[in-house]
Amino acid sequence: MYAFKYTQVGSVDDAVKAAGSADDAKYVAGGMTLLPTMKQRLASPSDLIDLGGVSQIKGIRKDGNNIVIGAMTTHAEVASSPDVRSAIPALASLADGIGDPQVRNRGTIGGSVANADPAADYPAAVVGLGATVHTNKRTIGGDQFFTDMFETALEEGELITAISFPIPSKAAYTKFPNPASRYAIVGVMVAQAADGVRVAVTGAGPKVFRQGDMEAALKSNFTADAIKGVKVSADGLNADIHAGADYRAHLVGVMAGRAVSAC
Amino acid sequence: MNEMLDTGIGAAVRRREDNRFLQGIGNYTDDIVLPGQTHAHIVRSPHAHASIVGIDKAAAEKIEGVVAILTAEDFADYGGLPCGWQVNGKNDEPMKEPKHPILAEGRVRHVGDPVVVVIAETADIARDASEKVSVSYKELPSAILVDDAVGAGAAAVHEEAPGNVCYDWELGDKAVVDAAFKGAAHVARLELVNNRLIPNAMEPRAAIGDFNRGTGDHSLYTTSQNPHVIRLLMGAFVLNIPEHKLRVYAPDVGGGFGSKIYHYAEEAIVTVAAAKLARPVKWVADRSESFISDAHGRDHVTTVELALDKDGNFLGLRETTLANMGAYLSTFAPAVPTYLHGTLLAGNYVTPVIYCNVKAVFTNTVPVDAYRGAGRPEATYLLERIIDIAAHDLKMDPAELRRRNFIKPDQFPYDTPVALTYDIGDYEATLDQAMQASDYAGYAARKAESAKNGKLRGRGLISYIEACGIAPSNVAGALGARAGLYEAATIRVNPTGSVSVLTGSHAHGQGHETTFAQVVSDMLGISYDSVDVIHGDTDKIPFGMGTYGSRSIAVGGAAIVGAVDKIINKGRRIAAHLMEASEADVVFENGEFKVMGTDKQVGFGDVALTAYVPHNYPLETLEPGLEETAFYDPKNFTYPAGCHICEVEIDPETGVVEIASFTAADDFGRIINPMVVEGQVHGGLVQGIGQALLEGCVYDDNGQLLTGSFMDYCMPRADDFPNFVVSTNVTECTHNPLGVKGCGEAGAIGSPPAVVSAICDALSEYGVTHFDMPATPSKVWSLIHGGKKAA
Repeated sequence: MYAFKYTQVGSVDDAVKAAGSADDAKYVAGGMTLLPTMKQRLASPSDLIDLGGVSQIKGIRKDGNNIVIGAMTTHAEVASSPDVRSAIPALASLADGIGDPQVRNRGTIGGSVANADPAADYPAAVVGLGATVHTNKRTIGGDQFFTDMFETALEEGELITAISFPIPSKAAYTKFPNPASRYAIVGVMVAQAADGVRVAVTGAGPKVFRQGDMEAALKSNFTADAIKGVKVSADGLNADIHAGADYRAHLVGVMAGRAVSAC
Repeated sequence: MNEMLDTGIGAAVRRREDNRFLQGIGNYTDDIVLPGQTHAHIVRSPHAHASIVGIDKAAAEKIEGVVAILTAEDFADYGGLPCGWQVNGKNDEPMKEPKHPILAEGRVRHVGDPVVVVIAETADIARDASEKVSVSYKELPSAILVDDAVGAGAAAVHEEAPGNVCYDWELGDKAVVDAAFKGAAHVARLELVNNRLIPNAMEPRAAIGDFNRGTGDHSLYTTSQNPHVIRLLMGAFVLNIPEHKLRVYAPDVGGGFGSKIYHYAEEAIVTVAAAKLARPVKWVADRSESFISDAHGRDHVTTVELALDKDGNFLGLRETTLANMGAYLSTFAPAVPTYLHGTLLAGNYVTPVIYCNVKAVFTNTVPVDAYRGAGRPEATYLLERIIDIAAHDLKMDPAELRRRNFIKPDQFPYDTPVALTYDIGDYEATLDQAMQASDYAGYAARKAESAKNGKLRGRGLISYIEACGIAPSNVAGALGARAGLYEAATIRVNPTGSVSVLTGSHAHGQGHETTFAQVVSDMLGISYDSVDVIHGDTDKIPFGMGTYGSRSIAVGGAAIVGAVDKIINKGRRIAAHLMEASEADVVFENGEFKVMGTDKQVGFGDVALTAYVPHNYPLETLEPGLEETAFYDPKNFTYPAGCHICEVEIDPETGVVEIASFTAADDFGRIINPMVVEGQVHGGLVQGIGQALLEGCVYDDNGQLLTGSFMDYCMPRADDFPNFVVSTNVTECTHNPLGVKGCGEAGAIGSPPAVVSAICDALSEYGVTHFDMPATPSKVWSLIHGGKKAA
């Protein structure tokens, strides 16, 4: 790890101000990705702005037909929240399947979404449930948020404050984990959301994506059988020593079918 | 022996060492902080094969806190890292043994090869400065996989090893074996790969060098399984430091599995640097560094054939193997695919003739050496796989084919055609025991139940034998071992009757501190708590060959028994004097010396005190004190054996294999602590099943390690496994005093073929009879996808 300046802040404004006045600042939420990367000397920010003390962006509330989760809420808090469990059990179980207990008790939803790891679970929830990402400046639709591998619509210094998830009539998330890292090789969130059927796939491609053919098939017939015939193209999907593109394409179908059945 | 004690031999005593391990109050090498200690960081090769064009240290030297920067030139006065076993090939041609320099000399031969050492006041400064060391390389073509390395036009790893062949070794008479094949009713044939593994002990390697300017004494603190061996190898062959000026101390060590047997460059580096600087120098590997600097395991490419008559009786076995040595010969690497492998090819079976040909091959990869099982897992794997293939070919039941060919209990001692003499065993007993424990008869119902849930169920059954406690020393020496293979122990009875056991068997997770204390307290009839076990320090322990090859209880335990016997003998003489009896009339029972036929007795504690306060003592004929040392050189190997049965359930949609059940019935001889033995079996099974399902080292074509971290190298986790069903059946070893055989490696030896067999069985409807490990979901899905049924 290289030397860096460490700043604790107590509010979103202070955080943004601190980041703006630094050379090459990074916000640190749970630090579950950033800190190991820094320890391996693969990242060397000049400043770390610790959001741990920003209580205004922590916590979960039900707001009409939405579950609003503060950016600094941990995966464990999402997984165990009575509000989340009753309104969107698929989201609670997704959070409960991230990493290991240490990660779930340190890692946050804001940190995970901002990092936009192509194999992370939360992107499937943001897109698959049609969530809205709230930042210190604006709101960004879930479909527009993830732009590429580890790239998002966030601008320099822009900070996620909360994510609001419209409560779907039903939803389920199914993950096929990488046996080594336990990140998603393929994870599929299927939902009958307020704005229609959504099928969001993480892990398989360079970023989370919606599977339009499946959404169309499920619109008229929300059953696993309805998507059995949907052919998933391997074009553009990830391939590595754990899974080739063909296998990933196949798993998208299997995981989606299982998610539909679990709804 | 005293069977009344609940801490004696056979008792499931909880491991006393866990008190400190589980509380985080152990004393590992990295916990040791010496006054004035400096920190070393090693600049390693990023290339598989390259010439070193230049090394520019100037920028790094300017960094405040940098103490020294060392390159190969600073080690010009020292030798290379020695190899401890010489294997001669056909026509007695000695193996090629290119120099294994401490730091790379003009050329790097694998990613991770050490090139420059940066020593600084803190570990962070050393690492910062390492990034400022500029090494320029000219990349060379590389040889990564064994079959490529022996191919025409392959890059030469060492000029002195043409064709990259280290040796071309054979065992058995090829002509005789070929003749047996000619007359066979059936020949089963299989090509297979025993996948390369990366050992991952919980504690990465570490070393501290220290030098006493006042006395000229060197000290090395190191994560070693055998500190005396390191003292011998490093002192005599590398640094020219005589034993009496070199202390090697291996304190608590967090796992080894073979990878901490060897003498590594970093040990020599810190020892030399400490003397140069007259300050302690510490080096601690991080996990990524371990992946590219610890010796790897397995990596065999094999063709095996089994000849059978029409009734399924084995007539002969032929094997040819390419064994990857990596870029240099690690300490015991040449022995692994030869004397620890070819000699095990008889397995549990009567196979009249066997021929084995092994070519050891240099490649531009991390050196490969013994890893839990060391040659024996590879032998068992190919043998059990080819028996399954034969059973499939002949449409015979795999269990019955094995049973038919077993060596029967009345055939022991049994001379195999591959140089070993098995002393004892009962292979049908463990087979029957495992079949019963696995509810063999109820399998069809379980398979139907799995099918109902959309799963493919399969079952695999294997038998294995291993040879532990390599021995005797003179035989090992004739086969090329450059060291003895005995063990030493001292029993120090303290004046008030407590006992210190000093053993050459190093413990790094095995539980010796508990089991050895059980043996000694049981033999002496004294409290378990009054016996302490000391190991790991060459300044304390008389000598030791260390811990590997499941030898600790069979060889180290026998040395302890020898020393305890001497204590009892001397005690009898002291007691005879105290009781004014004839020595011949004194017996030792339950901690009391008694005069036979009388009620006279004197306790062990009184004898001990008398030995040290010899007021009433036969000083004319007997020395005071009560301390004895024994060396034990085994008369033969020990031969643990058993049967493993695995059932798997496969999700045909995803290719995920789940271990539905795993049953092991093992014969380890006499059991000292059944709980410790069960733990060893569990650990071995997890490593073996890990090899079969999860673990596989992958290099790309350029020799970059693709599985260089836990993100890509799949270490087994507890939730990958069911509860294991384990049991033991005992035939006592005939040639050591405890009747023990050893249990450390068995799980890792038997389980890979059992798992692969079960998966092949589950996939039989897709025409699968074999595949190469590991059975990743992607691979299994491809087998199904490309299989007959899908086509």
